[in-house]
Amino acid sequence: MHLCCTFVEKLEEVLLKEVFYLMQKDFVLEWRQKYAFNGMLLYVGSTVFICYLSFSLRFGGLEVPVWNALYWIILLFTAVNAIAKGFAQESRGRLLYYYSVVSPQGIIVAKMVYNAALMLVLSLLCFAFYAVVIGNPVQDVGMFLLTIVLGAVGFATSLTMISGIAAKAANTGTLMAVLSFPVMVPMLLMLMKMSKNAIDGLDPSVSLDEALVLLAVNMIVVTVSYILFPYLWRS
Amino acid sequence: MKLSWWKWLTILLLLYTVVVGMLSEVPRLAILNETIRNLYFHVPMWFGMILILLVSVVYSVKYLRNPLSRNDIIAYESAKVGILFGVLGIVTGMEWARFTWGEFWSNDPKQNASAIGLLIYFAYLILRGSFQDHQQRARISAVYNIFAFAALIPLLFILPRLTDSLHPGNGGNPGFNSYDLDSRLRVVFYPAVIGWTLLGIWVVHLRTRLEVLKQRFYENA
Repeated sequence: MHLCCTFVEKLEEVLLKEVFYLMQKDFVLEWRQKYAFNGMLLYVGSTVFICYLSFSLRFGGLEVPVWNALYWIILLFTAVNAIAKGFAQESRGRLLYYYSVVSPQGIIVAKMVYNAALMLVLSLLCFAFYAVVIGNPVQDVGMFLLTIVLGAVGFATSLTMISGIAAKAANTGTLMAVLSFPVMVPMLLMLMKMSKNAIDGLDPSVSLDEALVLLAVNMIVVTVSYILFPYLWRS
Repeated sequence: MKLSWWKWLTILLLLYTVVVGMLSEVPRLAILNETIRNLYFHVPMWFGMILILLVSVVYSVKYLRNPLSRNDIIAYESAKVGILFGVLGIVTGMEWARFTWGEFWSNDPKQNASAIGLLIYFAYLILRGSFQDHQQRARISAVYNIFAFAALIPLLFILPRLTDSLHPGNGGNPGFNSYDLDSRLRVVFYPAVIGWTLLGIWVVHLRTRLEVLKQRFYENA
């Protein structure tokens, strides 16, 4: 019994170490290839600006539901684009190298955490830029930020698995969108409802249901990815 | 013609559903009127779809545990039959909605959820189409099938309960169970569910046999 426990503890320790090193690698890579991250920033910025121009917002702001929907749709496309490169950018030789040194669970967890961090930065910057350019009707900023955190983590976790699947196939770009949109829609609807409540400054208890469902969906997605990724990784 | 007992049962149940469903007494209700008979055709489609998609997921799991091409074929064929049931469910539902709610599509959460559910399985078909290698196709589409099913469950069961729906049992509308699914409807409804589901299983069974034979033929050719 004791032996078994120490074994499990050791296994967890190894997994944590792997996750840590893999994340470190991802962050260092991102820092060295700053153009990719800057590209994403420019993507967000120009999309927001295009929305500003096409709604011709010089005269008065957007209505709240439109503002809300537009923000989440911009974020959805940003997320699909940012996370799609997660597995596609790795070269074949490097993937083989990972295969021989680390466990698949380590890889998927590291990728998820890394993507969540990336999405968090992108969505917060997007909110800041969006608020400056198009205007900020949000009354309960704290609640709105919490929604963004939940959204960024949710987008990152579900898209990480999908990008792993799409990277194996021939037409990665189209597949990424086709596979991910239906999976993300329920999450997106919850997020929009929750952020609408935050914009209207409703009491946080109103959004409790949505927040709990979002958390539950996130947990399901993470668990299923954790179990399924080894099968994906083997091919 | 030699058929096994469950195939005879399917034929009997469906004959019973169509004949008794069309001729029997039904509760007289405002707005619904005679369209209430659609209960025997529309609702069983959804039961059948969920059950057959469940079969598909179970065989995807089986494939990942034991990569036999038979498991993959069953998963694929039952996903296709599930889609067929889903499309029929949407079409019968839209027709019904036109008569009772006034519109083919009234932005009802259950309608939207089922449309998204179908999108997931169309995406599954596209994903299968984009692989050359058989084993890779089987394994990766099994992974997506399980992943998508896990994402579909909260969609179909939790979402409609959080928002108002025009469907019975949601948003202040009384459920069928509360007053109008009386014994006259139940007598046809439950056999209809079993009959339609068995029909789906029959189709999957035939398609699987055909595919397995095809594969064997190509291997020997």
